[in-house]
Amino acid sequence: MPSPEPVKTPTLSLVAPADAATAAATPLVTMSKPPAAETSQPVAPVKPKMRPLLERVTRDQVVAALLGCASILTLFVVWYLGTKYRLEFYIRFKNVPTPYEVFQQAVDVGLSSAFLTNVLYSVKRILLGFFIAIGIGVPLGLAIGRYKRVANLFMPVIEILRPIPAIAWVPMSIMLWPNNEASIVYITFIGAFFPILLNTVHGVHALDGVLIRAGRVLGASELQLFRHVILPGAMPSIFTGLAVGMGVAWVSLIAAEMISGQFGVGYFTWEAYSLVNYPAIVLGMITIGVLGLVCSGAIRIAGKLLMPWLAFAPGSKK
Amino acid sequence: MDTQTGHVDVRNVGVVFGAGDTEVTAVNDVNLHVEPGEFVSLIGPSGCGKSTILSIVAGFLNPSSGAALCDGKPIAKPSSERGVVFQQYSLFPWLTVRKNVEFGLRMAGVDQSTRNVTARSLLDLAGLAAFENHYPDQLSGGMKQRIGIIRALATSPRVLLMDEPFGALDTQTRVVMQEILTNIWQQFRISVLFITHDIEESIFLSDRVYVMTARPGRIKAEIKVPLPRPRTPDMHDAPEFVELVHELKGLIREESLAAMAPEIKQGGLAGFGMKVGPQSVGEIYGSAPDALRKN
Ligand SMILES: Nc1ncnc2c1ncn2[C@@H]1O[C@H](COP(=O)(O)OP(=O)(O)O)[C@@H](O)[C@H]1O
Ligand SMILES: [Mg+2]
Repeated sequence: MPSPEPVKTPTLSLVAPADAATAAATPLVTMSKPPAAETSQPVAPVKPKMRPLLERVTRDQVVAALLGCASILTLFVVWYLGTKYRLEFYIRFKNVPTPYEVFQQAVDVGLSSAFLTNVLYSVKRILLGFFIAIGIGVPLGLAIGRYKRVANLFMPVIEILRPIPAIAWVPMSIMLWPNNEASIVYITFIGAFFPILLNTVHGVHALDGVLIRAGRVLGASELQLFRHVILPGAMPSIFTGLAVGMGVAWVSLIAAEMISGQFGVGYFTWEAYSLVNYPAIVLGMITIGVLGLVCSGAIRIAGKLLMPWLAFAPGSKK
Repeated sequence: MDTQTGHVDVRNVGVVFGAGDTEVTAVNDVNLHVEPGEFVSLIGPSGCGKSTILSIVAGFLNPSSGAALCDGKPIAKPSSERGVVFQQYSLFPWLTVRKNVEFGLRMAGVDQSTRNVTARSLLDLAGLAAFENHYPDQLSGGMKQRIGIIRALATSPRVLLMDEPFGALDTQTRVVMQEILTNIWQQFRISVLFITHDIEESIFLSDRVYVMTARPGRIKAEIKVPLPRPRTPDMHDAPEFVELVHELKGLIREESLAAMAPEIKQGGLAGFGMKVGPQSVGEIYGSAPDALRKN
């Protein structure tokens, strides 16, 4: 409290004492938000002004970037040395292609239309399976989380089906669906579906009941509650489900493509093995890794954009 | 605002939680009323059923017996006609301050520009105009509760129900919040049912104070506060104020002790170093034999 005086004034305006009481606390709250180097700014504005790039890079970020580079470099050095000296102690580098061979392969094949077709097939299947999983998993999860009877109805089936890995669905899926595309998308969907569903249910359960009561007493209908309270309240948990679901979806997709596929990066990689084209195997692997990285990065960015309030949530800073 | 609406009537209300072995009678035969434009407090020891009463008036809970009416109509479910300020912080963390204030109007289908105007004027009133684009997690506890109050007022309810809204705040902030609330009330003249366990708070804010007994809660006493309006902080030192504090303290003390009576009998409180002498428990024993004998 800066001063007790205004509180004593009988002809008190509505705002003065309250701000005296809280103004002291406010800068503290906003101060802890930006990184340590920004302490020169006493009160962080709502939208901090962009300062030159170099000024905003902190020592901490430089160290983090250097360590990141070092770890990736180590991977390549081990790979390079292993293939250069054809190391053989239990693991065998005998047939492993060198980084340069893979690079060559990437230049030769990477821009060919056949390879790009494979990539496009995988991306299309992932997006289809993933978005169908969102379309079914999120609404169903919200309903299961909100209504006991819906949970009673669906949870037994879910508990039975959930432990079956998506890959185990491959033979059944081929029988079930009329064509190869549908069965691969189905397997991808299965991989993404359960993490999304269960995290959505969890998000609804974890929502503070007082927010639901606040929504109802402010006049929200049941439908409005779903749209304006339950969905945004469960959103952080839903995004956890999306991130996990995307990872499992890729695992499932690649396995499905390797087993039953035509086209796709998984198919490309397995075919390279069959054709004894070793550099292409590694190219396929790297492509899968990069695509997975891009997908989970996209989810993270979408999460940041859709949930800007999380930057201030308790526990968001270490 | 029409001062003829906002009449709350709680008639012979009883609430029983659970069944069989776990049955708990939370409140028993409670009668109270709030007149249009009146500020009424409900005070009592913790666990006596204050929140239970408020839940019934809000429409979250149906009484096991008796009835609650608002302007003559039975209360069946929550409605924006009866605004609630909760004890816990209950702002939607995903909405900015202004969007939180607009929430009720948005649910009612009020258009964006009208919502904006209403929210801005309320934010001005609460001294929070500068924070309209902040998120709740960026604010102090006192600010959050002020927004909770104006969010509840935005839909122009007939009654405002407040459940220990300042209970989580530190003492200095609480005193300031009481002044802000009494000033806001002065402008709206809305009916308020205010729950607290803070004696001075209840006197400073209210026209009338109901005192509840320990569980199962009943209305033990009803006290009129003769202090003039508008209330100002210097009234804390007025002789009537001090006298009322003294009177209420006596009433509450009896109930708090009654609530703890089994422990006192087992010497529990003496074991915690509580002095059992003429100035403390002994005096109360003497002055409140009924309350203790009941248990
Ligand atoms: N949902 C419930 N189920 C069982 N007992 C409850 C429930 N809600 C409240 N109670 C009990 O009813 C009594 C009154 O509670 P409450 O109204 O919250 O008291 P207060 O707000 O005065 O502290 C308490 O003893 C509490 O344990
Ligand atoms: Mg309570």
